[in-house]
Amino acid sequence: MPHALVVAEIAEDGKVKKATLAAVSFAKKARPAVGGSFSILVLGGSARAAAAELAGYGAAKVLVCEDPSLAKYTAEHYAPTVAEVGKTFSLVVATATSEGKDLMPRVAARLDAAYAGDCADVLVDGTSLRYKRPMYAGNAFGTVELTTPIHVATARQSEFDPAAPSGGSSPIEAVPKVAPGAAASRVEVVSLEAVKSERPELTEARVVVSGGRALKEQFFQVLEPLAQALGAAIGASRAAVDAGYAPGDYQVGQTGKIVAPELYVAIGISGAIQHIAGMKSSKVIVAINKDAEAPIFQIADYGLVADLFQAVPALTAELKKRKP
Amino acid sequence: MKVLVSLKRVSDPDNANKIKIAASGNAVDTAGLEWKTNPFDEYALEAALRLTENGKAPKLRLGEVVVVTLGPKECEQTLRAALATGADRAIRVDATDDALDGRLVALALKNLVGTEKPDLVLLGKQAVDGDSNQVGQRLAELLDWPQATFAATIREEAGALLVGREVDGGVLTLRVKLPAVVTVDLRIVSPTSVYSAHTEAAHKYAEGVRFAPLPAIMAAKKKPLDTKTLAELVPGAALSTRALKFEKPAARSAGIKVKDVSELVDKLMNVSKVL
Ligand SMILES: Cc1cc2nc3c(=O)[nH]c(=O)nc-3n(C[C@H](O)[C@H](O)[C@H](O)COP(=O)(O)OP(=O)(O)OC[C@H]3O[C@@H](n4cnc5c(N)ncnc54)[C@H](O)[C@@H]3O)c2cc1C
Ligand SMILES: Cc1cc2nc3c(=O)[nH]c(=O)nc-3n(C[C@H](O)[C@H](O)[C@H](O)COP(=O)(O)OP(=O)(O)OC[C@H]3O[C@@H](n4cnc5c(N)ncnc54)[C@H](O)[C@@H]3O)c2cc1C
Repeated sequence: MPHALVVAEIAEDGKVKKATLAAVSFAKKARPAVGGSFSILVLGGSARAAAAELAGYGAAKVLVCEDPSLAKYTAEHYAPTVAEVGKTFSLVVATATSEGKDLMPRVAARLDAAYAGDCADVLVDGTSLRYKRPMYAGNAFGTVELTTPIHVATARQSEFDPAAPSGGSSPIEAVPKVAPGAAASRVEVVSLEAVKSERPELTEARVVVSGGRALKEQFFQVLEPLAQALGAAIGASRAAVDAGYAPGDYQVGQTGKIVAPELYVAIGISGAIQHIAGMKSSKVIVAINKDAEAPIFQIADYGLVADLFQAVPALTAELKKRKP
Repeated sequence: MKVLVSLKRVSDPDNANKIKIAASGNAVDTAGLEWKTNPFDEYALEAALRLTENGKAPKLRLGEVVVVTLGPKECEQTLRAALATGADRAIRVDATDDALDGRLVALALKNLVGTEKPDLVLLGKQAVDGDSNQVGQRLAELLDWPQATFAATIREEAGALLVGREVDGGVLTLRVKLPAVVTVDLRIVSPTSVYSAHTEAAHKYAEGVRFAPLPAIMAAKKKPLDTKTLAELVPGAALSTRALKFEKPAARSAGIKVKDVSELVDKLMNVSKVL
């Protein structure tokens, strides 16, 4: 029986993106249903170092495709090779990052395969796989079955612990790049305007401090010292992003990033359904809001009804005092 | 420019927490919730209108906007609303909701593109009920067209679009030559997000999507609305996904209110032990 294939993602610095390890965990969980093993495919302009990094996770093989045209990710250049390699597997999975979500449905279409996106879980039932997907902004989970010979899926990063290295060293094998179709000659990467931040990555942080519309232009001025005191990443509501107080990739929610840290501090955020969908799996939720009726308090473990412009600096000072 | 925009109706997303699961566990019950156009599709329509006009004279269409939905007869309401907002023509592909999945929707749209020959297909990045985020990417592959997903900005150039995409870590700008598929993100409806070749660079739109004035709602009733069937577009259409069961997520209950920051820090250090 053909096995599972994980499609890895390389970060700007050439290293494997930590997010990839969620898809590895997904494949490890799924493998009893698909012949017992999984392999990893990594693509890039120079992907050898990343392949070496991936050799310690128990994969049957690490497949590498290197080509100058793969140096900058585009779905049009990547999908043909991923599909060509993927067609000898029964499950092709990546993590639901912005790249994974861009690429994998295109791969699925190329394989005429059904796609289960942003899965919270994969369930093994004998030799069948079932995919548990959050829907309706996380207000329901649907368990779906895919009936095409090959399945394509993405894994929600916050629901799969990053796979730990398991020792051993998987053989590394080169695979050729498959010539892309006409689409590839009609797309060009112009620029990446990276958001620079000293703070930890939002989807990987142990603590997240998020701000809403209420913070106005003082968004960073108010949140940065608290985030620093907590070693936290900074997130935002849609309203704060729309207003230009925070960059787009800070948005937490149904249609932004999904986070599940140990501690989530929602500051001046009302708690709309779409926001809650992105953070309600956090272990402990704190809300600071001046409106005692704000819906965020219905899901917060600790609520503080206060003006944030006083409460946040006071909290920062208190933390520094107690945990110097 | 001719733009094809797909529109899906979804049950009121602002009340998604009121959906129920049937006792059998194999259906979602959205009774009591209003149907709304998927917000991302409303944004796609707004972007299509901006791309086919001079922002200074938005009543004059410089191009054509065709809207399409797949669904039962009631979905024509969604289409009429889009026609009232400014779309020129509408197509409904008759299908029941449970006879569709992302693969079939993309296959049907591919066939429509074959007959409509648009320069651009604009879609929402995701339908906020299924949250799948797949149809645009699938369609681009089926057509062998370039794709620009999660678009926050679009600028028309000669024969191409410059698209700013919201990605993890920042904004990635792509240039895609037409014809192409673009899926839109939330920020696409901000005042300076979309510029057609006719709109001055200094023009600023009102935030959000435009609303249809009453006379336009009346006039929309006379705009053409064609019907096709799923079987016509995708012969032998069969689902490749099957929903087995639905569950409500574990509920999270309200905790306690603390009186001040000092009590908050106490709790976090000594009770939850997360600090
Ligand atoms: C298609 C779609 C997708 C969406 N996706 C997302 C998403 O992914 N993520 C997301 O967050 N939203 C999303 N939204 C938007 C969501 O519906 C809400 O509009 C948004 O979350 C509100 O942001 P907010 O809580 O910052 O603002 P508001 O709702 O305006 O709340 C501001 C809060 O601040 C409080 N406040 C004001 N001043 C102070 C003060 N001085 N001190 C303390 N508290 C104060 C107020 O009491 C209020 O509760 C989406 C919407 C749509 C239609
Ligand atoms: C519990 C459950 C689980 C499901 N799981 C899966 C699954 O894992 N895989 C799968 O393929 N399908 C699944 N479906 C089916 C899928 O949700 C619907 O068939 C839907 O029509 C396809 O849209 P989407 O949600 O995949 O769209 P998305 O890919 O999220 O939508 C992107 C865009 O496509 C366009 N679009 C989507 N549907 C329509 C439409 N009917 N008419 C016009 N435009 C449309 C819209 O412009 C939308 O913004 C599931 C359905 C249920 C009820």
